[in-house]
Amino acid sequence: MRVCSQWTEKGFIMKSIQCAHKKKALVEMSAQIIFTACASFAILAVVSITLYMILSGTPAIFEVGLPEILFNTRWSPTSQDPQYGILWVILTSVVGTFLAILIGVPIGILTAVFLAEVAPRKLAAAVKPAVELLAGIPSVIYGLLGIYLLNPLMYRLEQIIFKGSATHQFVGGANLLSAVLVLAVMILPTVINISETAIRAVPVHIKSASLALGASHMQTIFKSILPAARSGIVTAIVLGVGRAIGEAMAITLVSGGSVNIPLPFHSVKFLTTAVVSEMGYAEGTHRRVLFTIGLVLFVFIMLINVILNRILKGSGEKRGE
Amino acid sequence: MLAKTKKKARPTDKLLLAAIYGSAGIAVLLLLGMIGFVFFKGIRVVNWQFLTTVKSVLRGTVGIAGNIVNTLYLVVITLFIATPLGVGAAIYLNEYAKPGKLVSAIEFTTETLSGIPSIIFGLFGMIFFVEALGLGASVLSGSLTMALMVLPLITRNTQEALRTVPESYRTGALGMGATKWHMIRTILLPSSMPGIVTGVILAVGRIVGESAALLYTAGSGYQLPRLTGDFLGNLKALVSKATVEGGSLTVELYLRMSNAEYDIAFGIGCVLLVIVLAINLLTKLAAKKLKAVG
Repeated sequence: MRVCSQWTEKGFIMKSIQCAHKKKALVEMSAQIIFTACASFAILAVVSITLYMILSGTPAIFEVGLPEILFNTRWSPTSQDPQYGILWVILTSVVGTFLAILIGVPIGILTAVFLAEVAPRKLAAAVKPAVELLAGIPSVIYGLLGIYLLNPLMYRLEQIIFKGSATHQFVGGANLLSAVLVLAVMILPTVINISETAIRAVPVHIKSASLALGASHMQTIFKSILPAARSGIVTAIVLGVGRAIGEAMAITLVSGGSVNIPLPFHSVKFLTTAVVSEMGYAEGTHRRVLFTIGLVLFVFIMLINVILNRILKGSGEKRGE
Repeated sequence: MLAKTKKKARPTDKLLLAAIYGSAGIAVLLLLGMIGFVFFKGIRVVNWQFLTTVKSVLRGTVGIAGNIVNTLYLVVITLFIATPLGVGAAIYLNEYAKPGKLVSAIEFTTETLSGIPSIIFGLFGMIFFVEALGLGASVLSGSLTMALMVLPLITRNTQEALRTVPESYRTGALGMGATKWHMIRTILLPSSMPGIVTGVILAVGRIVGESAALLYTAGSGYQLPRLTGDFLGNLKALVSKATVEGGSLTVELYLRMSNAEYDIAFGIGCVLLVIVLAINLLTKLAAKKLKAVG
């Protein structure tokens, strides 16, 4: 701005225009740079998260040995002869997520069909906000209801099923099955919303053609519309898997919390719940192994993200054709 | 409508229809049941004292005022960081970027960021903000962690709003000689305000409901800032509140329920649900406004 104060009478107008122009160019330039920086922040965030997860997760692998962590089934990090096997923990997350999907996805897709195809407009307009609200409920509240309502029910069921069994260890209803049910409810909003969008996006001529050929409404839905909405529904399922495998606070207390074979009535520990429940007091190698558990979870999530990206790209290309 | 004109419904059709109605019924009943139950159990605990005092053995109070203040701090600081970043990113993606490697990288990472579970954010926040940057378990660390989490939400909502601004606004402004920044500042941002607000409200909901990312970053303190009376002292107390541990409502709920103090947990749950419902309503209003503008 110094230059601008040295205006002479003669070139006053020319210079003032030039200066204003320069100043404008400077502002424009900095605006663009700032916006670019803002946008690049997401890259920076993901790169640093990845980096730090790897950096903090690998020391324990060198210390304990990868097979000792991944394929050992004994988890007793605080005992005299500490064991850091997380095979059951990994399997619990996999089995738990799979079962939650098995229960949640059919209900979710059918509800989406209800909203998009079956329900009268007014009823759909009442159900839809309810589903959206379901997504907004904090996960600790799911956990609270799980532990307060579901666990006692499970305990009663446990007592009936294992009546007189000498080998079964009673865990008071805090078991894999309880956690699976909580997860199944928690993935509902994701599955419903995305499937509904996919079903609504199916071109109307597919539906009309099917109906014109004499198919009933139900046949049309299940034989024509749902297959046509396949890629969207797969997206919904993959997102549901992501949500279920990453959920921590809702199932920490509901699932019991000891490391066991993932069977319905066993008290179990998930990848997420191991981190939540033990990070508070863990020290030394134990703590580093918990970071390795975090890394395993992170790898799962990244795999899901890559799969999702593939699906979305694939469907985009198909639409482009 | 066409289905009704058929002579006879097939039995499998009836079965499928029943399954569809059953599923939708389950979804709605679950929601109503859950909300109803939390209110039913919690409302008995919630009173003025519960909301305005802190947990104290000496005075025999069990209030959650400290946690409410912590949650407020988290919301304000997080939004203060994430809103400019998110809006700026959206402006870049919509107005400046030309399709290329940078844009696809930004879009992929934004997508990834929204897919990372909160417990991973919590771990990262603990290693990075709490330990590496030396901020300690504090409200500030928690807010920084949450800022990363809600960034995609704000970016995406702003982007969507920017897309609804008609192209003619842009060409009109630029044609009249406005510079790009001037056009963004005076035309684009005001017209996409409802979208930005929607993103921000959704972010508030996310912050209020989050627990896993906060447990080991913001910690579990429950004290109110100690106000001394004089202005500077107050200011100092308010600022230093951000640098000490502070448990949000959700974290407090979690701690109470691990102690099997279910009554208090339901009380906090009740408060949380009221906030969530209010946020839901606000989003609806903002969305309506957005539609009216578009």
